[in-house]
Amino acid sequence: MVRALLAGVGTALACGALGCFIVWRRMAYFGDATAHAAILGVALALMFSISVPLGVLIVALAMGLLVGSLSGATITPDSLLGVLSHGALALGLVAVSLMPGTRIDLDAYLFGDILVVSRMDLIVIWGGAAVVLAVLAWRWQALLAEVLSNDLAHAAGLHPARDRLFLTLLVAMVVAVSIKVVGALLITAMLIIPAAAARMIARGPEAMAVWATCIGIVASAGGLYAARFVGTPAGPSIIVAAAALFCVTAAAGRLRG
Amino acid sequence: MSLIQATHIDVRHGATHAVQGVNVTLEAGEIVTIVGPNGSGKSTLLRALIGAVPVDGGTIKAAEGLRVGYVPQKLHIDPTLPLTVRRFLNLPKRVPTAKAREALARTGVDHLEKRQLAGLSGGQLQRVLLARAILNRPQVLVLDEPTQGLDQPASAAFYRLIEALRDELGCAVLMVSHELHVVMSATDRVICMNGHICCEGTPEVVTAAPAYRELFGTGTGGALALYRHEHNHDHHEHGCDHDPASVLSAEDPVS
Repeated sequence: MVRALLAGVGTALACGALGCFIVWRRMAYFGDATAHAAILGVALALMFSISVPLGVLIVALAMGLLVGSLSGATITPDSLLGVLSHGALALGLVAVSLMPGTRIDLDAYLFGDILVVSRMDLIVIWGGAAVVLAVLAWRWQALLAEVLSNDLAHAAGLHPARDRLFLTLLVAMVVAVSIKVVGALLITAMLIIPAAAARMIARGPEAMAVWATCIGIVASAGGLYAARFVGTPAGPSIIVAAAALFCVTAAAGRLRG
Repeated sequence: MSLIQATHIDVRHGATHAVQGVNVTLEAGEIVTIVGPNGSGKSTLLRALIGAVPVDGGTIKAAEGLRVGYVPQKLHIDPTLPLTVRRFLNLPKRVPTAKAREALARTGVDHLEKRQLAGLSGGQLQRVLLARAILNRPQVLVLDEPTQGLDQPASAAFYRLIEALRDELGCAVLMVSHELHVVMSATDRVICMNGHICCEGTPEVVTAAPAYRELFGTGTGGALALYRHEHNHDHHEHGCDHDPASVLSAEDPVS
């Protein structure tokens, strides 16, 4: 249970600040596509006998780069992301079913399996969170300027295209580290819901990132509590708790005007 | 030497040639305005000069360590991003509060320091953007359609402010505008563009050039007519209900 809590807190740390950028840059669908590709990553990792987080990272990153490179054709980005997102998920499910011999607990990867995290999982989660936070801290000012205007960033000598690659890499990392906790289907929720909840009560970008992280941590603890004492599935319970917190902050924000 | 010297700039968007063999030089202290119809490549040229658009041909030489203050055409202020005016001025580099206040005061919006960026009016936002652009005491102020969405008195006041800032900071100003009649009065040199440069020179020279007349027309509804009409002061027969001279000295509509 302590391990599960540590895993939840680590995931919240990785997701909080990054989730703010996903919300500000309207990358929710992008996050979905990257996360859905994770199942394919799981299948390929098992096929080639490499570690699952590594396989997920590689495939999620490939998906992120693919999405980033396809734009402005005859199909809107919205529809294109829909094609890639659901195509990747379905392909992953098919690939898993074709795996010879091995029996994969598909539910664990779709909905998370936080109650059985190993010491190794914890190292991956906290290591990933540390990398995500370090890169965000390093590029914070630039990324924020680029949310507002790429031209403004260019004029200041920044490189928006390079920073967007960093964001893609970070989202792939978050997918790789949180698949164990909330599962591929709900990773985007872990990025977006705490950030959206934080928006209701924050007056500055930094405050919003801190609030998002705190809300993610509380949601993890709350979800785990429900899983432990009510017997609900942990991953979805965490997201339900986050959504409940969103309702609370939305009401608080409205009251404060 | 020139602050910026761009020669034979080519920019293509796929098959279309947005900017074609354009030469632009910018000297210290001068105000240069690029005018042209929609889709004439004027914004693309400006964005190429600041490095936001890769050029497909030509060279851009900027003076060593050139400080550029840039005012973008618009900001993408997502409603999900909480950002005060003060915090915005810290992008992309943090600045001391005294300096931020001084810049805001200079553009007449110091009372907005604690306001959320998303809640500002168009005119207020333009002045905040301008305040941010002058924070690093730029040698070149670059503005992309800075008065889009402002009414005529507000644009006129904005251009007067830019002229005053040029005199104070000694910076050059390079801007794109579609408001010929307003911008002409505050410009040293006009570049008239339609993919390539059609003509350039002082406002008087350009408005008299055949190439310019071809682009903007000479009819009563055209910009040239408006320009002349302001300078001839014969507004009554056009049914105009304001005095152009007072438009140009209009009080700051923001404060």
